Amino acid sequence: MTAAPAGTAGTALLDVRHVRKVYEGAGRSVEAVRDLTFGVAAGEFACIVGPSGAGKTTLLKCVAGLLGCTGGEVVLEGARVTGPPPGMAVVFQEYGRSLFPWMTVRQNVELPLKERRVPKARRRELVDEALDAVGLGEARHAHPWQLSGGMQQRVAIARAVAYEPHVLLMDEPFAAVDAQTRADLEDLVRDLWKRLGVTVLFVTHDIDESVYLGQRVIVLSNSPTVVLEEVAVDLPAERDQLATRSDPRFAELRARVYKLVQQAKSGHRPGTGDA
Amino acid sequence: MSALGLLRRAALLLAVPALLVAAWWLLTAGSTDFFWPPLSQILGAFDDTWFHGRFTRDVLPSVGRLLAGYLLALVIGVGLGTAIGSVRTLRALLEPVLEFFRAIPPPVLVPILMLFAGIGTGMKILVIVSGCVWPVLLNTVEGVRALDEVLGDTARCYRMRPHSRYVHLVLRGASPQIAAGARQALSIGIILMVISEMFAAGDGVGFTIVQFQRGFAIPQMWTGIILLGLIGVVLSLLFQLVESWALRWYTGLRGSEREG
Amino acid sequence: MTAAGASGRGAGRRRHRPSSAWGLGLLGLAGLMAAVELAPRAGLVQRRYLPPFSTMVSSLADQAGTGAFWRALLDTLRGWATGLAIALAAGVVLGIAIGGVPLLRAALASTIEFLRPIPSVALIPLAVLLYGTGARSTLLLVVYASFWQVLVQVLYGVRDVDPVARETARSYRFRTLTRVRTVIWPTALPYVMTGFRLGAAVALILEITGELVIGSPGLGERIAVAQTSGAVDAMYALVIVVGLIGVAVNLLARATERRVLRWHPSVRREAVA
Repeated sequence: MTAAPAGTAGTALLDVRHVRKVYEGAGRSVEAVRDLTFGVAAGEFACIVGPSGAGKTTLLKCVAGLLGCTGGEVVLEGARVTGPPPGMAVVFQEYGRSLFPWMTVRQNVELPLKERRVPKARRRELVDEALDAVGLGEARHAHPWQLSGGMQQRVAIARAVAYEPHVLLMDEPFAAVDAQTRADLEDLVRDLWKRLGVTVLFVTHDIDESVYLGQRVIVLSNSPTVVLEEVAVDLPAERDQLATRSDPRFAELRARVYKLVQQAKSGHRPGTGDA
Repeated sequence: MSALGLLRRAALLLAVPALLVAAWWLLTAGSTDFFWPPLSQILGAFDDTWFHGRFTRDVLPSVGRLLAGYLLALVIGVGLGTAIGSVRTLRALLEPVLEFFRAIPPPVLVPILMLFAGIGTGMKILVIVSGCVWPVLLNTVEGVRALDEVLGDTARCYRMRPHSRYVHLVLRGASPQIAAGARQALSIGIILMVISEMFAAGDGVGFTIVQFQRGFAIPQMWTGIILLGLIGVVLSLLFQLVESWALRWYTGLRGSEREG
Repeated sequence: MTAAGASGRGAGRRRHRPSSAWGLGLLGLAGLMAAVELAPRAGLVQRRYLPPFSTMVSSLADQAGTGAFWRALLDTLRGWATGLAIALAAGVVLGIAIGGVPLLRAALASTIEFLRPIPSVALIPLAVLLYGTGARSTLLLVVYASFWQVLVQVLYGVRDVDPVARETARSYRFRTLTRVRTVIWPTALPYVMTGFRLGAAVALILEITGELVIGSPGLGERIAVAQTSGAVDAMYALVIVVGLIGVAVNLLARATERRVLRWHPSVRREAVA
């Protein structure tokens, strides 16, 4: 059994402790997340997978400070998260809806920096670097809707990168782009992570993607959600769409995560079985 | 666009209006009908009627009151609309009340406001404001309500300050609906400009036209109708100019959605 | 979780109107009535400008006992309905005829955009000269103003016809009437309904305006009479009635629209018009 070596409490940059989320509706309440505890170490690339409806987006919104937790707490760099914290950037799945359509690509990337009152010259530098890093140097004066889906998501990534976050949250960022673009974007994110030393928490429902990208995969149960198991990904740091995916170890890990997700779908929970 | 294409478009644009004017001209050419004087006579009277004193005495005050009332209504409507649209409870509380006020045909506000504000310039501006404000207000509420949640989350994540959130997210995001409301408000504003002057005034285009009608100065009355038409058309063109500039992104966005 | 799923859920939440919203809405209306009742009683506004709400209601009750009130109400509704019907028929027929012929549409589209902003009230003096203060004067205004609303929407609708469907109909050599019935009309119907909804509101505005300014029979004329005779209570009561008619017209138009389009495949977003 592959136990989780990384992210033990105390040394973690991001600590999720016994987070619980109950949605209060009219006359009835739905428990989406029951008890989630895990940590992400500084500089780590962690992926979260789970069956659809596992409350992945709810969890991510709690971590991002967009939703309040019903119980437990999220601690980022020693401070409890009560609202969107500084030093955190989020890339949403709905790229088309997270960019300001009335601003150019450049203005979109620059806006958060203006809000942080970064001086103009430095702003210019950061924006140019970020756009070049995602390969959109040429498109800076275009409007987002003039770009393809993959390019729009690159803009959102550039905006997050230019913000110089310590933690980057990504909520199924490639779920709505085509397969080819998706592979390119995966490599782009790996590349940015290695170059910038940022901590990444990446939510996905795609098992291959989680194994390919992460150093560790956190598998969630079905709703009400708990952590089913954590799987360390001991693949070499250099990853390649062809070589890595045909690596036997990749296949093993993939199968392991796949089995866990299947178990999660059928309602298996850590307390009830071979945990 | 090529010069030929431009020419073609201009021809298409002007062909029918030219035909209509020509038809009017020919049909009334030898007219002895008291109510339908020859167009030549009307056009001949135009300059005499409006450009010797009446332009500054009647036309400018009318248009000035219209613009003052209209702009004031825009500011009030957008301000209140964004506030009401942002607060769910406030919206639920006020929606039926606002629907009622919108449903009152604006001209009946004239007699009411005459009670409060007499028959001066203040009353006329107030009438225009109170008629124009509803479409702007209700459309703004609708626009703010329909703001994209993801965009709102994005703004929060990047810790946008309230002021820039208002300017860059709320106002811009609701601007297509605000523009739709402003367009409705403009035509209501013109109606109210004329009505308030027909009711009680000593100057203004509406007042003057009614004077002509009552004095059976028929060609002059016709020039007034044409002038009102021109005012309507010019203001609408100006509006379109501003709108297409402010909503360039929206037109583009819609276009790309339609293709995609 | 897909993007479509996420946005669908959001839309569902928005459409859903919890009963508490209705309660709040009623509370808002009650608040308005209370404010209108108390403000003049507390001396915040003079009673001859704004009488208490209860006074308006009792004046309304008095008027409701007279035949003149009901005749005026009937006159207003008849004028509104007649004008709207004429505008609707003319707008739909002309819209389909113009929209169906590309050259005609190109030549007329800009003309229509040009003529539309000519304010209907500019015709008031002409109407008075031609028809005096009778109902026909006001009818002219109503038809003129609501006709444009309908016509423009129908033109949008005909323009929206799927070119493939149009080509199909042509290649099977459908007769003109068949083509209108099977291809153009179903596409244009949602737009016609939008035109109907906008036209209905505009028609009411012009009907009341005509009565108020020209003096043709109806509630607007009675408002003018109440105003000149200083019957402030009666004037407010009539304005409330007119406002309620306006609300009813809006609700009726929206309900008709929903009913007619229940079967319609197009899930058209509310046009920003």
